[in-house]
Amino acid sequence: MSMPVESVIVGSTPETIEEASFLGDSLRAFRRNRMAMAGLAFVVLLVLSTIFVPWISPHDPYRVALDEQLLPASATYWLGTDNFGRDVLTRILYGARISLVVGIVPSLLSLMIGTVLGILSGYFGGRTDFTVMRLADMMIAFPSLLLAMVVMYTLGANLLNIFLALALVGWAGVARVVRAQTLALKQKEFIEAAHAGGTSRPTIMLRHIFPNVVPTLIVLFSLSIPEAIMWESSLSFLGVGVQPPEASWGLLVAKGKEYLFQAPLVAISPGIAILLTVLAFNFIGDGLRDALDPSMKD
Amino acid sequence: MISRTDTILSVRELRTEFRGGRGNVRVLDDISFDVGRGRIVPRPQGQVSAKSILLDGTDLATLSPDGMRRIRGNEISMVFQEPMTSLNPVRRIWDQVGEPLAVHHGLGRRAIRDRVLEMFELVGIPEPKARLEAYPHELSGGLRQRAMIAMGLICEPKLLIADEPTTALDVTTQSQILKLMLDLRDRVGTAIIMITHDLGIIAEMCDEVNVMYAGQIVEQADVFDLFERPSHPYTRGLLASIPKAGAARATKRMPSIPGMVPNLAKLPPGCRFGPRCGDAMPVCEQPPGLAGLGRGHVARCWLHASSPATCAEGAAS
Repeated sequence: MSMPVESVIVGSTPETIEEASFLGDSLRAFRRNRMAMAGLAFVVLLVLSTIFVPWISPHDPYRVALDEQLLPASATYWLGTDNFGRDVLTRILYGARISLVVGIVPSLLSLMIGTVLGILSGYFGGRTDFTVMRLADMMIAFPSLLLAMVVMYTLGANLLNIFLALALVGWAGVARVVRAQTLALKQKEFIEAAHAGGTSRPTIMLRHIFPNVVPTLIVLFSLSIPEAIMWESSLSFLGVGVQPPEASWGLLVAKGKEYLFQAPLVAISPGIAILLTVLAFNFIGDGLRDALDPSMKD
Repeated sequence: MISRTDTILSVRELRTEFRGGRGNVRVLDDISFDVGRGRIVPRPQGQVSAKSILLDGTDLATLSPDGMRRIRGNEISMVFQEPMTSLNPVRRIWDQVGEPLAVHHGLGRRAIRDRVLEMFELVGIPEPKARLEAYPHELSGGLRQRAMIAMGLICEPKLLIADEPTTALDVTTQSQILKLMLDLRDRVGTAIIMITHDLGIIAEMCDEVNVMYAGQIVEQADVFDLFERPSHPYTRGLLASIPKAGAARATKRMPSIPGMVPNLAKLPPGCRFGPRCGDAMPVCEQPPGLAGLGRGHVARCWLHASSPATCAEGAAS
């Protein structure tokens, strides 16, 4: 029953341990996903053109030219002009600034709120969990569009309040997902090991649970951007969002719809911009989800 | 009971209960034992009611949760059974192994890294520098368990609890890890409580043995004494069920103890091993106490009780 003890080498050779990181694997998986890469390319292009639109476009998005109303698409006005004679394409690109900011900032806000509350709720359980989850239930049960509209009406229609309204609507879903993950993580042995090592509970939440939630958060973020763009569009369309002459995509659709039969491009092209952007972000989100899913690895 | 001046851990009448839907389940009952400095004793850990749990003179049973937190990982630390799941998959290895240093000594990142590197060398991780930045999934099971042991010993605790530290490893790695633990015991001077099913490991590693059955210590002895004269029928059964090399195995099935471990919520009224015991007697309907066999050897069995009176404790429950 004796066994050789001294003669064994433990572990792998140094060549095999390099370049096998989780992030590297995920990046490779993402790059192989064509839809996701196409979505990423579209978003990058969109961001660049919204940044550089003042230098690219010869047109002023706010200049009124009543003699050039509702022109069809031409070499000068690629997508025609609107009812004030403004270039539609230029206004879409300017509108993208607001729509993208509104896509990103409230998503970040609701992600932060949702993550903090979700981890606390899942980790502590009991009364904390009950309170947070019932609050989230209320948010989810209440018609979110109505809630957002009430916020906009009472606080006034400006960008900051749009952020606030959308964060208020969005955190509950994030909190639910994060809480569920925390519950699963809490059972893991490495959490028990950290506890046995004397690590305090706040530290366990911050240093052990949070890093494990991050991949989920990245995916949630990319999926909530298009949602927020849609929300902003809805609010602006209903007249409680961005106010003219400022342009956002929802507002452009709303204003353009009156001339749908004379100049269909005025309403349809910002609509298509919304569609393409939302699709692009969804593809990116799907790609990230597949790339970061730990169950797809070893 | 043996009195030792350099006892590091002394547990008296420890009981642990879990609150369940159908009443409380007592998973540990009347556990008393001592661990000497730098000794290795196989045994489990617990919580809740105990007369006292003295760690180097501090009574752990009366400590606040925060006071207890300061002990954990610092003076007592633990090595878990599963090195695969005991490390956080998304954090670099040195960061995790050094966490007790940050928690208990407030060291900075530089100092922690240096200390972890030292520990990696001590526990025999090849190319320790390259491994510092690794993630757990990049290491083999043996390396991970070495890292876990490094984590357990990084604050030079007085007591290390090892919960079947080698069951998840193959036999060659197993013997290396065990050798390492013995070696570190001598160098760091840490006492080890080893929780294990493997009698081979006990014979190889331990100084004193507490045999547990259904939440009780059924036999307590010096390791040589235990293997020389196993006195509780359960211990004898365990020893008998080890396959022996060279025995005619074609003719006989491997011996095993008949029956199953009782449900802790529905324990037999008398001796907990009684229903499975080949030597059961009428008196076994009464719960036995610990009977002394000399030289600190005790067994919870009527076979060794000189008179029923010495075993009378707890008969009412």
